Amino acid sequence: MKQRLDYLKESPSQTAGPFVHIGLAPGAAGFDIYRAELGHDIAGPNAKGQRIRVEGVVIDGTGSPVKDVLLEIWQANADGFYAHPEGGGPVEDGFRGWGRVITDFETGEWGFETVKPGQVAARMKLASDVSDRVSTAPDRQGRTERHAPMAPHINLWLVARGINIGLNTRMYFEDEAAANALDPVLNLIEWENRRATLIAKRAGDRDGRPVYRFEIRLQGDRETVFFDV
Amino acid sequence: MKPAEYYQRDRTRQPPALTPDYKTSVARSPRYAMISLQQSASEITGPTFGHNDIDPIDNDLIKNYARTGDPVGERIIVHGRVLDENARPVPGTLVEIWQANASGRYRHKKDSYLGALDPNFGGCGRTLTDENGYYFFRTVKPGAYPWRNWVNNWRPAHIHVSVFGHSFSQRLITQLYFEGDPLIPLCPIVATIPDPEAIDQLIARLDMNASVPLDSLAYRFDIVLRGRRSTLFENRLEGN
Repeated sequence: MKQRLDYLKESPSQTAGPFVHIGLAPGAAGFDIYRAELGHDIAGPNAKGQRIRVEGVVIDGTGSPVKDVLLEIWQANADGFYAHPEGGGPVEDGFRGWGRVITDFETGEWGFETVKPGQVAARMKLASDVSDRVSTAPDRQGRTERHAPMAPHINLWLVARGINIGLNTRMYFEDEAAANALDPVLNLIEWENRRATLIAKRAGDRDGRPVYRFEIRLQGDRETVFFDV
Repeated sequence: MKPAEYYQRDRTRQPPALTPDYKTSVARSPRYAMISLQQSASEITGPTFGHNDIDPIDNDLIKNYARTGDPVGERIIVHGRVLDENARPVPGTLVEIWQANASGRYRHKKDSYLGALDPNFGGCGRTLTDENGYYFFRTVKPGAYPWRNWVNNWRPAHIHVSVFGHSFSQRLITQLYFEGDPLIPLCPIVATIPDPEAIDQLIARLDMNASVPLDSLAYRFDIVLRGRRSTLFENRLEGN
């Protein structure tokens, strides 16, 4: 008898198509149906930390802005904790850390308001029995401190017509150069000149908030780094 | 044993980014390889949703946009379970759907197809899975519609499905197709999936047992998200 593994297989992805707004942002599609659309308030009123605005555009391989993208945001609070049972620690009441934005149908511009995230522990928090063991035992290089925490970053996931499976990327901050230099994910990118594609530029202030500009290039010159997470 | 990272996504079974027969993918697909990450807190966590976020009527597309009566079309129930690759149910997760009406027309200001809008049909719904990972919607079966790819391409009848799971790395958007639809093998978007068995996983089955006599037919559609491994040994801890 053949041994068989009884795992199921992940459902295959399909493009979100041109009318993704109907399902996930019906107001943008031109009609109201739900009491409240999800994803409009990322940080909530009680979040600590610096209020910021992030703006950008997604550019295709021809250099044109993509005008039918939907982006989702996933980020930690200012303490570096995620709003999740395994998020590392408590978050403020009303802090979701998740948001959903769409590009403008005419210009392709998108933007959202949130708080700047803090540094996040570099690997997931291990089960306590395991982490106790490793924290007392040096690794093969004799280190007990394994590595630096991750620099402040916002995880992004984008879908659109023509994108067969959602693309994951990360946005880091230009004014966190010291933390970025130690970031284990940025340092995983062996082509150093590609790391800059993940770093949002400071672009002035609006309504008293610093604005960060993040351009995502799907293809070609200065193509953004995408991750298989 | 404690749960840890999610299984590596099987990219050989998922559609690649560049699929030239689906023309829009040509300029919207990265040319460099993705960088693979060992998962950190950024990937093993994800948003959570509760019953405060949505309303009970949100999963009933026959009623949630009704103005003067019920929408026109074939009344169906779409139901199934959200499971992970370990066949464990995924409870409390948000499932969102959107679709065209029975004419193949979307209620979207960018859809100019001449198929008629239905004044009583919006075309979107959402629900949370129960403790067994179970979900259901009531809707009308969407019509096929033409799209500009080759000159005479028609999408099979389909419902778009979005699922979150319990981590950002499980996030998935896909499409549900209907058993027996002859347009399925002709569609360049379906054909972006390289594995015929994987395509079959997106075809909902007619489910007479779940139909409501003299009211609605039913289709069964199970969704599988990435599974999570358990920590057996963990002695190599560098990485991200």
